[in-house]
Amino acid sequence: MTSIADPISGTELADAKDASAAVAAAPAITMPATSERELRLDLFRGLALWLIFIDHLPTNILTWFTIRNYGFSDATEIFIFISGYTAAFVYGRAMLQAGFVVATARILRRVWQIYVAHVFLFTIFLAEISYVATRFENPLYTEEMGIMDFLEQPDVTIVQALLLRFRPVNMDVLPLYIVLMLFLPLILWLMKWRTDVTLALSAALYVLTWHFDLYLSAYPNGVWAFNPFAWQLLFVFGAWCALGGARRMSRILASPITLWICIAYLFAAFLVTLSWYLPQLGHIVPRRIEQWMYPINKTDLDVLRFAHFLALAAITVRVLPKDWPGLRSPWLRPLILCGQHSLEIFCLGVFLAFAGHFILAEVSGGAGMHFLVSVTGIVIMCAMAWVISWYKHSADKGASRYRSTGGNADLAGGAV
Amino acid sequence: MKPGVWTVLSLTLLAGHLATVPARAGDPEQICDVPANLLSTESRLPKVGEAVRSGQPLNVLVVGSRSSTIPSYEASAYPAKLQAALKESLPSTPVNLSLEVQSARTAEDMAGGLLKLVEAKRPTLVIWQTGTVDAIRSTDPDDFRNALDAGIGALQQAGTDVVLVNLQYSPRTESMISGSPYLDNMRVSAQEHDVPLFDRFAIMHHWNDAGDFDLFSPAHGVELAKRVHACLGRALSKFVIDAAHLGPAQQN
Repeated sequence: MTSIADPISGTELADAKDASAAVAAAPAITMPATSERELRLDLFRGLALWLIFIDHLPTNILTWFTIRNYGFSDATEIFIFISGYTAAFVYGRAMLQAGFVVATARILRRVWQIYVAHVFLFTIFLAEISYVATRFENPLYTEEMGIMDFLEQPDVTIVQALLLRFRPVNMDVLPLYIVLMLFLPLILWLMKWRTDVTLALSAALYVLTWHFDLYLSAYPNGVWAFNPFAWQLLFVFGAWCALGGARRMSRILASPITLWICIAYLFAAFLVTLSWYLPQLGHIVPRRIEQWMYPINKTDLDVLRFAHFLALAAITVRVLPKDWPGLRSPWLRPLILCGQHSLEIFCLGVFLAFAGHFILAEVSGGAGMHFLVSVTGIVIMCAMAWVISWYKHSADKGASRYRSTGGNADLAGGAV
Repeated sequence: MKPGVWTVLSLTLLAGHLATVPARAGDPEQICDVPANLLSTESRLPKVGEAVRSGQPLNVLVVGSRSSTIPSYEASAYPAKLQAALKESLPSTPVNLSLEVQSARTAEDMAGGLLKLVEAKRPTLVIWQTGTVDAIRSTDPDDFRNALDAGIGALQQAGTDVVLVNLQYSPRTESMISGSPYLDNMRVSAQEHDVPLFDRFAIMHHWNDAGDFDLFSPAHGVELAKRVHACLGRALSKFVIDAAHLGPAQQN
């Protein structure tokens, strides 16, 4: 039996040849040509997980190290892109080897896992909010306590949460991911037919979303914080890169013109972001550009955000070759481990953010405590990643057999 | 309450405590400085300036949701404190203030009624505090934005000056209420309509960071609320006077 990280063996479907050839040898953002893992994906997904955790905590010193303070895009973009890339890699291979039905079944199983994880997090959120609701009576914040009103009708709220329509703060990524994964069989099936056409269709849906204002409604009102109709573009783009797009873009990526455009764009984005924090710099952004640019819409994945992510990715791919020896250094090992078990670590991160809020509220809210909570959280995430990795490799005998069937997206760097 | 042990962990916090503890006993004014950049605005309040310079009374209308008051201590809430501070700074100007608290109403709910309020009260300046209810209910940010635009537009059409007041900084509920889309939209809308925005969120955040107030405190008492509102009222008064470009000459 081949490991999922092995190249596909046996005969390939004729119409999939394009995609699988790309899988075998893609130099730019690359697919591993052999059984070697693409550690850069793990590295950056691990980084995204750390940043998401830090961004979910109240603002503190570490927040200043997260990329959202230096440009338009943030860790969510990295996360969704890499998830698309790895999901296409894992399940695309499954689709070639075992066919559409089996691959779909595996994807649905993964969707179920993510759904259960989401419900688990919701339970923790309920516990936290109920506790705060009964203990907290600061007259300064009587209005804010209105957030507890939903506890008065749990019959509606909990059902809406199970339907993914009621999502508390910081719980928006998994529902987005569930929807994207649900459509992965369709995406892969289309990609097997014509990779570029699929990407074009995805871009068309993105444009239609902006044009006709498509959205999914949420409960009690409002919309999904991450609009799946828009964010699918990043996911499909990741899948497209995994299935040969990256290889075909390699010439563009290697060109110095691309590099300079990216640098210029990132610098401009940096200046604009700077003007948010230092109002004295407000004048560096011309008013006309300001009016055209704002608001930079995260819900619908603003083009400026998407472009910012592309520029970051292009530069990263260039300065960080996939055979960079640093990827094997023990210093980056914790990040890579976190990236390799992303669903578990993501959930743990959301939980730790809840717990961190709780500690800051109940024990101390000082800057030192903030820092301590952030660092402890990251250490716990790394330790957990290490334990999971150890468990999968050494303790859980079934895991190695299970892994070899190609169903576990985490180990190939799949899924959230 | 927090055990002192934890606070000692942080040197910053310790420094903050040393600086603020003596002041707490005395004049509350000393404990809540606001950095100049949080009170600076490029937008102006011409009607307020005109009224004060020509010796007319200054009629202020505060429209807000529940965070514009302290339940059963209205006289200690920021609107009353604002009035007191304005009177103090503008001794020769009669300052009238009316407060319209509309609990649990979103910006959209409020925007529709603003014109009627203005017709009834004829204010020089409307201080519109909003955003919290929208954030709690996670209103569609676009709808929120449209409501802001409509409300500000109506007020400007009616010939009053407008100041927007955004959300409170509430660290306890930060993990449950996502304020940022509403804060962003208020900033953008204020900029577009050339209306001063009193950044209550950033100011309270600053006080919390600087150690002036412990906004994480689960204290049940009303004292913290009173002190915060007193400081907000004073800061808002300074903000209004600066935005109206009233120099020391008018203030005498």
